[in-house]
Amino acid sequence: MTMANFTVPTVTSTVTSADGLTEKVSVRNLDFFYGDHRALKTINVALYHGKVTAFIGPSGCGKSTLLRVLNRMYDLYPNQRATGTVQLDNDNILSPSQDLNLLRAKVGMVFQKPTPFPMTIYENIAFGIRLYEKLPKSELDGRVQQALERAALWNEVKDKLGANGQSLSGGQQQRLCIARTVAVRPEVILFDEPCSALDPISTAKIEELIDELKEDYTIAIVTHNMQQAARVSDFTAFMYLGELVEYGETTKIFTAPNDRRTQDYITGRFG
Amino acid sequence: MNEQHTAKAFDIDLQELSRMVAEMGGLAEKQVADAVDALAKRDTTMAQRVTDSDNAIDVLQREIEERSVLTIARRQPMAVDLREIVGALRLANDLERVGDLAKNIAKRVIALNAEFPPPKLIRGVEHMTDLVLGQLKAVLDAYARRDDAKAMAVWRGDEEIDAVCTSVFRELLTYMMEDPRNITFCIHLMFCAKNIERMGDHATNIAETVHYIVGGAPITERRPKGETEISALAGTNV
Repeated sequence: MTMANFTVPTVTSTVTSADGLTEKVSVRNLDFFYGDHRALKTINVALYHGKVTAFIGPSGCGKSTLLRVLNRMYDLYPNQRATGTVQLDNDNILSPSQDLNLLRAKVGMVFQKPTPFPMTIYENIAFGIRLYEKLPKSELDGRVQQALERAALWNEVKDKLGANGQSLSGGQQQRLCIARTVAVRPEVILFDEPCSALDPISTAKIEELIDELKEDYTIAIVTHNMQQAARVSDFTAFMYLGELVEYGETTKIFTAPNDRRTQDYITGRFG
Repeated sequence: MNEQHTAKAFDIDLQELSRMVAEMGGLAEKQVADAVDALAKRDTTMAQRVTDSDNAIDVLQREIEERSVLTIARRQPMAVDLREIVGALRLANDLERVGDLAKNIAKRVIALNAEFPPPKLIRGVEHMTDLVLGQLKAVLDAYARRDDAKAMAVWRGDEEIDAVCTSVFRELLTYMMEDPRNITFCIHLMFCAKNIERMGDHATNIAETVHYIVGGAPITERRPKGETEISALAGTNV
């Protein structure tokens, strides 16, 4: 895989703890409201650079909401607001002065359903890059190729870059979306159930990809597949009814969780 | 585990595993008691029965393994469920070894044939057996109740067995030094004592597994240990 000239995002003056972990995103006392409904209750959690953090919990527990806060997706909707702080490096991204375009370039998101744009495979990737940078054609070609390689899709599409992105299979479309996210060189990537619409082989490819990507990025993943969370993540957060019930190293959470509710959920004893 | 799984068949799988381990434990206990009984009563027919019944324990171990593997494949268990299954596998291993050790004793009874040691000498071995059977019973009970405190008591209680084993070794040594004609059966008895001491070790292994099933963490402290037979032998002026 060619990634020699793929720049690793630089971490600026963040705290590195004694165990070598660098807090890339720090969520402090976060509350989130859909109108009057308080969907997140005093969430405190950290995402570490170079690590994958999984968010698990039953439907409606607030994990997707939390992800949507991390790139201010909620700003698109009226009556939705967040209080508390979310530090990305040293900036509070919840601050009204936050440049949303810049934020979304730094914090990329991959959704449950693949969402390729109705344009060619090449344009799907180039589109995002052009939003942020003016590059000569040859350089743009290089960036598109890098992104597709990074998403482990290049070999499958290199001969049909002009084909419509929507003509690809579900798994390929999802990798195309990951390539599109990676192309703008984000620092944090959020995955919201990226494999729930995919077959096992495509799922394995995405998981492999997450494993490779985590070297250079800070990754958060929401998943309903417990085994997937256990496989791909370094840290796991269990959420329930808008609260963060338990957060810790994945190995611990899936073998000997502390909280009874976590145990009941991951062993399938809920409700 | 008072709450049930949403998938009830998973509960049945786990309960069945637990039941099979308990059954295996019962069989192993009986084998140990019978083997030492055969030794004390100089009963080769009984000893033969012990060697023949060992197969039942082996069969159960294989069934537990198969069921565990199948359950892991089918349910991808997590947390306490995973520990339950891994625990069942470990327990089955330990119990199978206990069965083997009982069989070894029975074989020695058959090998001794007419040449039996004086009952006085067998008493030490019997005492050890009582202690080990007590440990086995207690630890299987701790498993049945998922009782960590009881398991830890067994874990700490092995020291006494080690001590009795050492004194049995010393006694047998003196006896051999007295008269070389005693050597054959004394050696057989020594191996019997060693086998029983090993059963005690398996009981502590099971206690460790119960501790792991209940709490999810291995025991980190060092187990109290009595004087080993080797150091006991070194201390005797042979």
